[in-house]
Amino acid sequence: MNNNADILIDIKNITKKYDNGFTALDDVSLQIKKGEIIALLGPNGAGKTTLISTICGIITPTSGSISVGGFDTLKDYRDTRKMIGLVPQELTTDAFETVFDTVSFTRGLFGKPRDNSIIEKILKDLSLWDKKDNKLRELSGGMKRRVLIAKALSHEPDILFLDEPTAGVDVELRKDMWNVMRALSKTGVTIILTTHYIEEAEEMADRIGVISKGRILLVEQTSELMRKLGHKEMIVEISEPLDTLPASLQAFDLTLSDDRKFITYSYNANQEHPGITRLLKALIDADIRTTDISTKQSSLEDIFVNLVRDAA
Amino acid sequence: MNIHAISSIYRFEMNRMWRTMGQSIVSPVISTSLYFIVFGAAIGRQMGEIDGISYGAFLVPGLVMLSLLTQSVSNAAFGIYFPKFTGTIYEILSAPVSALEIVIGYVGAAATKSLILGVIIMLTATLFVDLKIAHPFWMLFFLVLTATTFSLLGFIIGIWADGFDQLQIVPLLIITPLTFLGGSFYSIKMLPEFWQTVTLANPVLYLVSGFRWSFYEISDVSPGISIAMILVFLSLCAGIVYWIFKTGYRIKS
Repeated sequence: MNNNADILIDIKNITKKYDNGFTALDDVSLQIKKGEIIALLGPNGAGKTTLISTICGIITPTSGSISVGGFDTLKDYRDTRKMIGLVPQELTTDAFETVFDTVSFTRGLFGKPRDNSIIEKILKDLSLWDKKDNKLRELSGGMKRRVLIAKALSHEPDILFLDEPTAGVDVELRKDMWNVMRALSKTGVTIILTTHYIEEAEEMADRIGVISKGRILLVEQTSELMRKLGHKEMIVEISEPLDTLPASLQAFDLTLSDDRKFITYSYNANQEHPGITRLLKALIDADIRTTDISTKQSSLEDIFVNLVRDAA
Repeated sequence: MNIHAISSIYRFEMNRMWRTMGQSIVSPVISTSLYFIVFGAAIGRQMGEIDGISYGAFLVPGLVMLSLLTQSVSNAAFGIYFPKFTGTIYEILSAPVSALEIVIGYVGAAATKSLILGVIIMLTATLFVDLKIAHPFWMLFFLVLTATTFSLLGFIIGIWADGFDQLQIVPLLIITPLTFLGGSFYSIKMLPEFWQTVTLANPVLYLVSGFRWSFYEISDVSPGISIAMILVFLSLCAGIVYWIFKTGYRIKS
């Protein structure tokens, strides 16, 4: 058993290498705390799905170990799998089953006795109750996604894996899904979602793990990640175009726009003295008149792109 | 043991049978009835008795076996192949179920469907011929073990298959010819000696012969050998299924 009561999932040095030599996961270690929402962010083929499939038991790791709730996923697979619900990326459903039957099927598969009241509650929570007798082939893509979530929740798991939950869904439904995730999180369910939508990770996750080429590049609190790696730019619009930046401004990290009307100052927003006052004074001293000033915070997307580019 | 999982898989598969009643039950019953009409009633009248049994009655165990073998293989192969095809196999692989429980669910359902069909065919046969069962226990023994063994074989084919065409290859190109040539419609004693010897290499012969013996106490080979052979086939199929789950062949990476 794991001694740290807060750690629900403990991934230690997991490597997955296929027979053809491709390494899908390369010495991945990650700890996931009870009740948190963690987003695994990465480009296509980064290893996100392989990682969650390995935790869920669909893929056998080449080396390393994973414990869930203190149980080993290989030796104690019954204990670990009972705790996990998985929503796959693809809309994989049996076309001819009804919504109610398919959710009940999953509950039984995970070792729980039939309980219509629980299935009813799950379907109502996911706004699927009026579709309970519909065959899955009659549902829209968004509804099928909800059914997959209902199936994953049917055995009342402690952990929910959502593999690209909002891939290919419209904006309204995406926000709807986020609300569903938030509601689940409030009930104490630990949520691990994979996504390549930066906005989703930023909006939903308590922590973000960036994964690329089978390696975890970084795991950080979302807010901390923004704070630590936050890069800010101040854009100064000037009244008269400049041919070149005067020598007195060389000390600053400045770039002149192609139309020579904007000076961009790059600085670290977390610095105590980012040098803005000094720059403004230097501009006045250089007789450069400003007509407007705006600032731009680097988004998580910028951070992500930089990390992945650096790792390449 | 995860009884709820076994029950869920079993009920899911049985529900599929009721949904596809025409394909699962009506179609085999109609085709078997046609066999009785053509071979039993029309051609059979022109044929003499075989070992003292009317040709129509002689046909019954062979026809039941023909349906049992082909339907067991088809049902089980389709049962496990379909989740692979649609991708819903992820649920089975990520559920707290053992390989044994998965096999009991799928193979149990496939075997049950075949047994239901076998019983229906026997009941249908009573409309055409006077059916007597000399050894009910051994009749059930052969019926259940053959359905189970060939459902296991179907399960293996379903795991192995990469497309719907491959699902049909084994039943159509192997099982059906072996059943036809395995004494379903004749006694191998009616063949020239050389072909009698060749037929002994056909595993289905032992199943048909043993099953027919349980009805009429006549057989092409000793019932003891038939019993031994069905147990050998069962062990072989179970061994292959064990290997599939141990290695994750075509279901897990």
